[in-house]
Amino acid sequence: MLELTTISKTFFAGTVNERLALRDVSLRLAPAEFVTVIGSNGAGKSTLLNIVAGALTPDHGSVQIDGRDVTRLPDHRRARTIGRVFQDPMAGTAPSMTIEENLAIAYARGQRRGLHRGVTRSKRELFRTELASLELGLEHRLKTTVGLLSGGQRQALSLLMATFSEPKILLLDEHTAALDPRRAELVAGLTTAAVRRHRLTTLMVTHNMDQALRLGTRLIMMHEGRIVVDIEGERKRRATVADLLDAFERVKGAELDDRTLLQ
Amino acid sequence: MIGALELGLIYALMALGVYLTFRILDFPDLTVDGSFTTGGGTAAVLILAGTSPWVAMLAATGAGVLAGVTTGLLHTKGRINPLLAGILTQIGLYSINLRIMGAPNLPLLREETVITPLRDAGLLGGAVAVAIFAAMALVVKLVLDWFLHTDQGLALQATGDNERMIRSFGVNTDRTKIIGLAVSNGLVGLCGAVVVQYQGYANIEMGIGLIIAGLASVIVGQALIPSRLIVWATLAVVVGSVLYRLAIQVALQVGLEAQDMKLISAVLVVIALLLPQWSPLRRLPTLRSLTRSAAVSADGEGR
Repeated sequence: MLELTTISKTFFAGTVNERLALRDVSLRLAPAEFVTVIGSNGAGKSTLLNIVAGALTPDHGSVQIDGRDVTRLPDHRRARTIGRVFQDPMAGTAPSMTIEENLAIAYARGQRRGLHRGVTRSKRELFRTELASLELGLEHRLKTTVGLLSGGQRQALSLLMATFSEPKILLLDEHTAALDPRRAELVAGLTTAAVRRHRLTTLMVTHNMDQALRLGTRLIMMHEGRIVVDIEGERKRRATVADLLDAFERVKGAELDDRTLLQ
Repeated sequence: MIGALELGLIYALMALGVYLTFRILDFPDLTVDGSFTTGGGTAAVLILAGTSPWVAMLAATGAGVLAGVTTGLLHTKGRINPLLAGILTQIGLYSINLRIMGAPNLPLLREETVITPLRDAGLLGGAVAVAIFAAMALVVKLVLDWFLHTDQGLALQATGDNERMIRSFGVNTDRTKIIGLAVSNGLVGLCGAVVVQYQGYANIEMGIGLIIAGLASVIVGQALIPSRLIVWATLAVVVGSVLYRLAIQVALQVGLEAQDMKLISAVLVVIALLLPQWSPLRRLPTLRSLTRSAAVSADGEGR
């Protein structure tokens, strides 16, 4: 479904701020695979997501979706196959437009947008049913401007918008990080349900190790632009936060040893 | 006073265009000063050449659209700052407008225009003319309302509201920006064509400072009818345009001269921008904010 081959990306190349964000990262996701991504700040998680989405172009390597090379395709031309939810609850919706207008925009994902009415009666019915599945009562507030919703509500709506038009790939960039624990739990639950229902191939970046272990079918840990841990199936189910911390320490330790050796 | 009413309703077309770029697209487009004259000049030249005034108005709209597309291309493909892109087009248009018109002043004295039947029947300056101009402004407002609620229109609204989001749903925002600028300046060009016929001449300077009148209409209107709902906002723009012309009229009647108009316009905009920030006024609740706060408190959260 999604195949990344030897991706490298450097920011500010040739300046003092030069930063190698990804080094020869290869990753292959089978259809409906749900991968959680963890790693410290600057490990390259967000860069990875942005390269899949097309917001960034890699310096080397290729991105293939469904066997098609999309490496040079800009983000808006990949959008038919990719749904995204951002960390900032404000980022995934248009605040001065109504809930139904936002959904209508999402509904037309990747299609040619013509001069047909955006919100029709039949679409409104569909939106009501979909919103009801969030269990937040938003189905009664179709004409409310999204800017009036709380962060949790907006993020739940973003998630619905990213998934109900059935993209093939779902990218989640710490989409529960800005929410309080209860709302985060709610949105995480909705995420699992949506991924299952639409059989989405999913990449979810998170800071929360516990969440990374509970959700998804596979887990990767990134460090300094590389994938350093990749576990799935039984191994992932049995892994604990302590195991992950341990693995992380080992990776850092190995690096330290290299440095000590070189000195 | 009736004259101000008529002018306000005619200039509402231009103000609706300015609303589209400034408010919907969040793009401060200064092309307007040039594209207004382009529309007016094109219409005048065609009418003088014997073309039907309706065809001339269509051509004027098309000329405005081209001006808008130029600014759009400069900004999106050339990555030029929106303000600068608009100014560049505006300055370039000054020469183009002179080329189109062939002279800085084009009188339409004995030409048959869309206004002629009104003038001949002695209806100008009366209730019938006001009703006709109001109907024209209303039709354009309704068409704009309709357009902004189509799939394309929603994408355009979202481009000004949250660009990153709308791109993630597959919309090429370069394209929506160009379309928005084209429609906006098309309206401005059309407005220029109507104004030329109404006043009976085209002038190379007729567009100078016009953007301020457009902005004033948008700001004054929205201060009075503060709704983010498109149907109300566009109505507010039309009302704002009329109020602006009335304010100018009042200023003239209290003894200010025509040469003071630009200063008055600028001062009006400054007042319209500053008044809402003045705290005693801010505490004055509008009818809308009252109904909304009732709804919001029932709901448990505010903006």
